[in-house]
Formats: sequence, structure tokens, C-alpha cells
Amino acid sequence: MQKKQKIKLSRVILSGILFILGSALPLPALGSLIILMASYLIAGYDTLWTAIRNICHGQVFDENFLMALATVGAIGLRDYKEAVFVMLFYLVGTIFEEYAVNKSRGSISELMDIRPDYANLLREGREEQVDPYEVAIGDTILIKPGERVPLDGTVIEGHSTLDTSALTGESLPQDVETGQIISSGCVNLSGVLKLEVSSEFDDSTVAKILDMVENAGSKKAKVEKFITKFARYYTPIVVIAAVLLAVLPPLLISGQTFSEWISRALTFLVISCPCALVISVPLAFFGGVGGASRSGILVKGSNYLEALADVDTVIFDKTGTLTTGTFKVSQVHGEACDPEELLELAAYAESYSDHPISVSIKESFGRSLDKSRVSDAEEIAGKGIKAIIDGRTVYAGNDRLMRDLGIDGLLSDEAATLVHLAVKDVNPEYLGYVAITDTVKEDAAAAVQGLKQEGASTAVMLTGDRKAVAEKVAAEIGLDEFHSELLPGDKVALAEQIISAKASKGNVVFVGDGINDAPVLARADIGVAMGGLGSQAAIEAADIVIMDDQPSKLSLVMKIARRTLSISKQNVIFALGIKAIVLILGALGMASMWAAVFADVGVAVICILNSMRALSTKKVTASAHALKEKEVLAA
Amino acid sequence: MKRSFKLSELDCANCAAKMETAINKLEPVDNATINFMSQRLTLEAADDKFDEALDLAQKAINKVERGCKIVR
Repeated sequence: MQKKQKIKLSRVILSGILFILGSALPLPALGSLIILMASYLIAGYDTLWTAIRNICHGQVFDENFLMALATVGAIGLRDYKEAVFVMLFYLVGTIFEEYAVNKSRGSISELMDIRPDYANLLREGREEQVDPYEVAIGDTILIKPGERVPLDGTVIEGHSTLDTSALTGESLPQDVETGQIISSGCVNLSGVLKLEVSSEFDDSTVAKILDMVENAGSKKAKVEKFITKFARYYTPIVVIAAVLLAVLPPLLISGQTFSEWISRALTFLVISCPCALVISVPLAFFGGVGGASRSGILVKGSNYLEALADVDTVIFDKTGTLTTGTFKVSQVHGEACDPEELLELAAYAESYSDHPISVSIKESFGRSLDKSRVSDAEEIAGKGIKAIIDGRTVYAGNDRLMRDLGIDGLLSDEAATLVHLAVKDVNPEYLGYVAITDTVKEDAAAAVQGLKQEGASTAVMLTGDRKAVAEKVAAEIGLDEFHSELLPGDKVALAEQIISAKASKGNVVFVGDGINDAPVLARADIGVAMGGLGSQAAIEAADIVIMDDQPSKLSLVMKIARRTLSISKQNVIFALGIKAIVLILGALGMASMWAAVFADVGVAVICILNSMRALSTKKVTASAHALKEKEVLAA
Repeated sequence: MKRSFKLSELDCANCAAKMETAINKLEPVDNATINFMSQRLTLEAADDKFDEALDLAQKAINKVERGCKIVR
């Protein structure tokens, strides 16, 4: 608790004691009045002072002013006890509000406390502690056990285990060794690592994440916008109603006294602050976004969280999203040459490509490549590669590429990705194929099942891969629909088709790994990227980033979204409902100022408490784990 | 230019909303958002008018909540 709050708390205690003494002791009228007024001033002097100051600035509908007016009015009507009680309760409310806000601010900033303070730069063999901003690409830094990785880079010496939980929500430490790329923000647990830096601090993973989380609040959800707008009109309307209530009935109806109607009007003033709503709704969203990031899901704005609560269709990219994206050569089939020769040719054809498939072929070939044998390597989008190897023009790619060359009849129903090879000097000659398989992610089936439970009606998969492969994957994880053999451009067209054809009002989510599918990520209502460790492009293009690449996190964030939205709706309905009831009862003279204080401060406290539930994701994650376990048992 | 600043002593959510409205009405300001929870002001203004916009924003903020400061 801060010093400011401690002072406020002691004021509450002191004022409370005086209030009890003043109202319970059998004192002469003047004596109890003095004690009650002392209690009133202790609880409310700052409110009164701010009210006077703000009036000078022309802030008429300021909550301090309204509270001051209501209580001074009550004193004028000789309702001393009510005046003191309102002020006291109001003070309790503000303490509570500040405490709740500080607590949730604290738990979020703790969560986001991943900013590295320094880097150990190695310069001419000497170690020097510098600001991460001063480290350039290519520099070598040292990371000792217990330190946070300050910049992205490749391990060039040493091995260790990393705690990646701040980035991925994964509590199991990860082993790293020489050659591996690691992300800033992780904590080095055991050994000393030497790292070659691959990005400047501004472009590093940790800087991107911090930037995103800090800016998440600027994209507000519709409910939040509604509340802000509502608040602007609510207070003036209630205050005007209060004035009319004080003045009109005594003037128009005979036998009605001003004092009776003014006291009714004062209850209006007490309820006129929309604080409960203004604070609790953004608090719920803030908590939801925070809770999601604690589970390794970054949400770039409350509007996306709101949109996720109502999802109709989820479109998955296959490779890297539903499958691990780590390919392995499973078969080499030589038609016109022996398999070893074929694999060598394939490895050379793919030598300039970083595509996961190319990498797997090169790995399977296993020997180092003499790149001078290759020239004019050229990628043919969506089809494959053309390159000149030892003077021969070699084509490596899919069925489509072969058809373009005039080679037909390659229909194979093998459920693997095939890279065909052909040479074309004068006439095309088919050489054979390399078969490559990818494994489906462990939680892919659970992911599909989970999002159905969260109300999505259709799960679709798009892939550039062959039909036989797509069919097998789709059947294995229970997808409703799949489209295969797509070119990158086709994916956008298909996504648009799905968006316009959907039956309900729900949103269309696209989940991809950020490679080749940035246009679709942007076109979908919500783009979800597999952030992976270090994939910057994906983090930028998407609205939501799943840091540990688990597709099942999608249903988790949908669950968080629905919970957050329902909490904020509960608050809106509860707060407005209670206020409306008390306003009506107040106008009829059936609600005292005590009820009004409850409708104001009490409701605010209850709404804040309710909103703080959004921060805790324990319940949500627990049920997600249970689902996963059930999956494992069933399999 | 778009920059984000920390706000110190921002205590009331309704005030934050009021400040946001007031700052958006300022002449040199293109767009402003205040995030109450992360206590951040994001201010967008033309480069040559940015300092002026920031000073005016500080004044507008103090009209609503006196202790609240833009941390530069």
C-alpha cells in the first residue's frame, strides 16, 4: 500500500470513530453536531477543496463537485448523519478503487517486466556492461546464468537452459546449444552463453512485445467506447433531472415542500457519477489482455479480444500451424537415375532456398554444397525452383511445375509432399521425386475440438500442399473442410470467399505462421500468427500472436475473450440496473441517501471486484489442461 | 509524429476519459489516447508543433486532475 493510501485509510478510521461517537453517544444536539462535522471534514476536506478548485476551471459535472453539493445540501436539510456517511463511504470507495487499480497495474507490469537493463558486450576480449541500445548487429555478447537475454541472436559458444515463460507461458525450461537462435526476454538459467547479436534492440523480440502490450489499450473495444460515450451524457442528464426534481414538483403540485423534493434530488446527485462503469469495463479488458499474455498469447487490442468472443469460422494454414513444419525426407525415388544422384541434384537445386522443405532435403543429403556448381537459381512462386547445375537446367518442384514442363501422369496418392525433379536441355526429362513428410502437432486435434466448444462452427484448412497430404491431415484432426494445392494468391481469394459466404454474424479467424500469408492475416477479421521464437514478421502482421506455436492456445484465448466480455457485460447491466432502480425509488421518495451511496460506491466496488476476475486465468487454463489430458487418454 | 508518454499520478478513470476528450480538442493535436490502466498518453501531432501540443496537453490534464504530470 502506498503512503497516499495509508493516509486515506487513517482518515477513514478516524472519521469512522467520530461518526459512531457522534451518532451513538447521548450528547446534547450541539455536541453531536460538532463531532459529526469534524468527522465530515476529515473524510471530505479534499473532495470539497477539489470541488471548489474545479468549479473555477469550469468543471461543473465533476464528481467531487457533485459529492460536495449532495452532502452540503444534506447538511442544509439537517440530515447530518447522512452527509457524513456519504462522504465517508465515498472515501472508502476511492481507496478501494485505487487499491484495485494499483494491484492490477502491478500484476500486469510484473508480467511485462521483461525489459533487459544491460548487455555484457565483448570488445577486444574485454567484457563491458552497456545499454542494450548500444549493441550493434554482429557484436558478441555474454549472458551469464540468471541474466535476461538482452537481444536476439545465435549462440556461438556454450550450452544452457532457458526459461522462456515470460514469452511463451511455457514453464518447462528449454535446452539451448551452439548454433541455436534465441530470443531476447528469456532468462538464462544454467550455463554461460556467448551470443552473436542478430538485431538491434529496437527490432528485437522483447522491444516488439513491450511496444505491443503498451499500445494494446489504444485499440478500444466497442463496449469500452460505448461506456466512454455514455459517461459523457449520463452525468449531465442525471444532474439536470435532479434540478428539475427539486424545483418542479413543489411549484406545480400544491402542498409539496421544497425540503422534501430537494432531499430527493440530492440522492440523484450521489448516483450521478458513472465511475463504476468507467473503471470496471476497461479493467476487465485490461485483465483479459494481461491474462492472455501470461499464457503466452499476445493480444494487440481489446477490440480483438471482443471480436474473438464471437467466432464463426476458423481458417488454418497447414504447414507450421497445424503441423510442426519440420520436414523429413521419407523416400527418394529415382526414375531415370539412382536415388543418391537424385538427392544430390535436389539439394543443389534447393541450395539457395531457406524454405523448410529445402532445408530438409539439404539435411538429408548431409554433405556440404559447392555452390559454384549452381547458377541462375530462380524461384517460381507456388511451384518450385529452376536452377542451372553443372550446365544443365534443373527444375525441382510440385506436380504443377512438371505439367508446365509438359510432364504428365505423375499422379501419386502418397500422403507426402513430393518434390519432383526434371532436367530440360532441349526436351524435358523426368528424373524422379523426393518424398517429404511433416508431422501433425500434438495438440492440433485438441485445438479443433476446443474451438468448436467455444462456439466456432467451421474449421477450414488451406494449404499449398498436395491433396493426398491435406486429406490425411484433415481426417486426422477432424477438420470440416480443406482446400489444397493453392498458390499464395489463391489463399486470399478463398479467405474472401469464406468471409462472404459465412452464415452467421460471427468473425472469421485466420491462423498462420506468418510466412507467405501476411495478406490473408490482414484480410481476415482476426489474424492470428504463430509467433514462434524470433519470427518478427508474424508478430507485426497479426492481431494476435501465439508465442509458443500451439494451435490449442486459440481456444484458450477465445475462452478468455468470452469470459472478459461476459464480465464487462455483467458490470454494465448490474451497474446500470441498480442505478436505474435507485433513481426511480429516489424520485418516488422511497430511497434514502444511504441507498444512493450504495448504488454509487458499493456498485463500483462490486464491479471492480468482478472485473479483477478477468485477470485470473487459472480457471480457464485449468479446464484447457483437462481437455488436453482427455485428448491424450482418448488417443 | 506519434509518441507515447507515461502519466504520473493518474488516479481516476473518469478523469482520464475527460482528459482524452479535452486533449483531442486541442488545435495542434491530431489524435490522442489515454490508457488509464497502463497510465500512458499516446499523442500524435505534426513534428513542428509537437512541443506546443505537449505543453497544451499538460495544461488540459491539469485542469482535470491537478497532480497528474506527463513524464517527458
